Amino acid sequence: MSNFLFGRYLPGNSWIHQMSPQSKLMLSFYFVIIIFFANNIWTYGTLSVLILFVVLMSGVSIGYFLKGIRPLIWLIIFTVLLQILFSSGGHVYWHFGPFSVSDTSLINGGYIFVRFLLIIMISTVLTLTTTSLAIADGVQTVLKPLKKVHFPVDTLALMLSIALRFVPTLMDEMETILNAQRSRGVDFGSGSLRHRIQAAVPLLVPLFTGAINHAENLSTAMEARGFTDSEHRSKYRVYRWQKKDTISWIIFLFVGILILFIRNN
Amino acid sequence: MKDIIQIKNISFNYPDQPILFNNLSMNVHEGEWTAIIGQNGSGKSTLARLIDGLIVLKSGQIVVDDLVVNDDNIFDIRNKIGMVFQNPEDQFVGATVEDDVAFGLENRQVPREQMHEIVEKSLKQVGMWEFRDRIPANLSGGQKQRVAIAGIVALSPKIIILDEATSMLDPRGRQDILDLVYKIKQDNHLTVISITHDIDEAAGADRVIVVNKGSIVEEDKPDNIFGDISKLKSIGLSAPFTSQLIMALKKRGIDSPYQYLNDKRLIAWIKKLVSTK
Repeated sequence: MSNFLFGRYLPGNSWIHQMSPQSKLMLSFYFVIIIFFANNIWTYGTLSVLILFVVLMSGVSIGYFLKGIRPLIWLIIFTVLLQILFSSGGHVYWHFGPFSVSDTSLINGGYIFVRFLLIIMISTVLTLTTTSLAIADGVQTVLKPLKKVHFPVDTLALMLSIALRFVPTLMDEMETILNAQRSRGVDFGSGSLRHRIQAAVPLLVPLFTGAINHAENLSTAMEARGFTDSEHRSKYRVYRWQKKDTISWIIFLFVGILILFIRNN
Repeated sequence: MKDIIQIKNISFNYPDQPILFNNLSMNVHEGEWTAIIGQNGSGKSTLARLIDGLIVLKSGQIVVDDLVVNDDNIFDIRNKIGMVFQNPEDQFVGATVEDDVAFGLENRQVPREQMHEIVEKSLKQVGMWEFRDRIPANLSGGQKQRVAIAGIVALSPKIIILDEATSMLDPRGRQDILDLVYKIKQDNHLTVISITHDIDEAAGADRVIVVNKGSIVEEDKPDNIFGDISKLKSIGLSAPFTSQLIMALKKRGIDSPYQYLNDKRLIAWIKKLVSTK
């Protein structure tokens, strides 16, 4: 879990590292939308070339991307199989009851696989090149327009950054409680599901008590340090829109338009 | 000397709990290091929170640097006071060292360029500049307290309150933090209030106030306070290390005319003993 949230960031100074988090966040989102417009070999090919170019620009070795795929591999296989077995049309090679395998279904399965790969790759690029703090700041910038409808954007961003900051603290505490309960003879690893859920109670109760204590002390400390509300504050860190962001957007927009032209209508 | 903090006839109790302070009065002199000592539950931490306006007073008055602690003055008062709390983990708001020091400045809407200058200066003062991009999980308790002190120095307050700030640190870390605060106090002419149950920390103060069950038992220079060890023991406090050493020597037949000496005088006395033998 802590690896999932923190160990993912790889320090670096590449083109992608230097881009502002808000623009990376929006670009990833935009890219996922274009993926759903792709429907033939040319469109998928173009997007694959683009993503390989992005990976190259991030300066991160391909091994890290494979690691990003591993936890999702069963979901991918399952979806691809469904696609292969249930889609109809084309030349049928094999069929059994409701299941059939045809050339169209194999091609569709392949597309789904590439689609998954593309989405995982772009989100991995985002998390590998951006610190969680920068992502929280990016979210704040992206959501800024919502301030007009009195959505508490600044509060949300502050909450997000404090929550991220406390993840390792709570992980440490969980480890301590886990060991303390183990030394008293609680068995977390084995037994029936019911037994395991019961074993989690002496773990969760002290963890929650601890978290609430942290929250209370933290709010006192924040108040003592002059915190009033999250709106009337200046910002120490600012991620400015840079030339690199503009250039990246031009490339991505161009590819987006290209996709609309070369897709099967 | 001016009384930078005046506490006048305050009474306070937490909801549904017995009265903690009843008509308590005390003063803190400007430029001094005042130690407030007492057992757990004696109300010393509550006192610190009342001074900073973190809890609301029931009756009586607290004046901080000519400002009465009330809702109107609360932010001016918090600009004058920097507090270091007990648990290093629970006062670290920022995601990294730098961000944490900037937190107080952000709250006061200090412009960014100025903020970067102040953060760098403050972190250098506490020797944590090299650690500026670390996350709190990768810092020791002592390092986190240093960052907390940098966050206070950044706001240039007049008063620093240490609320059991060293109680979760090991002995060396404790001494390091106290030395650091002492240096900052001298460099910036600050007033320090240290709330503690560590007698040795109190022994280094200019003035000691002993609190027991919500009232002041004694206030005096450490030399006078620690002169009467039986009195300290009667309210559940232990004797400082130097007094314990003197007593241990007494048991071995080396009599001393004193019950308490500070470190320097104790060393001088032992040297004299050794040379006259």
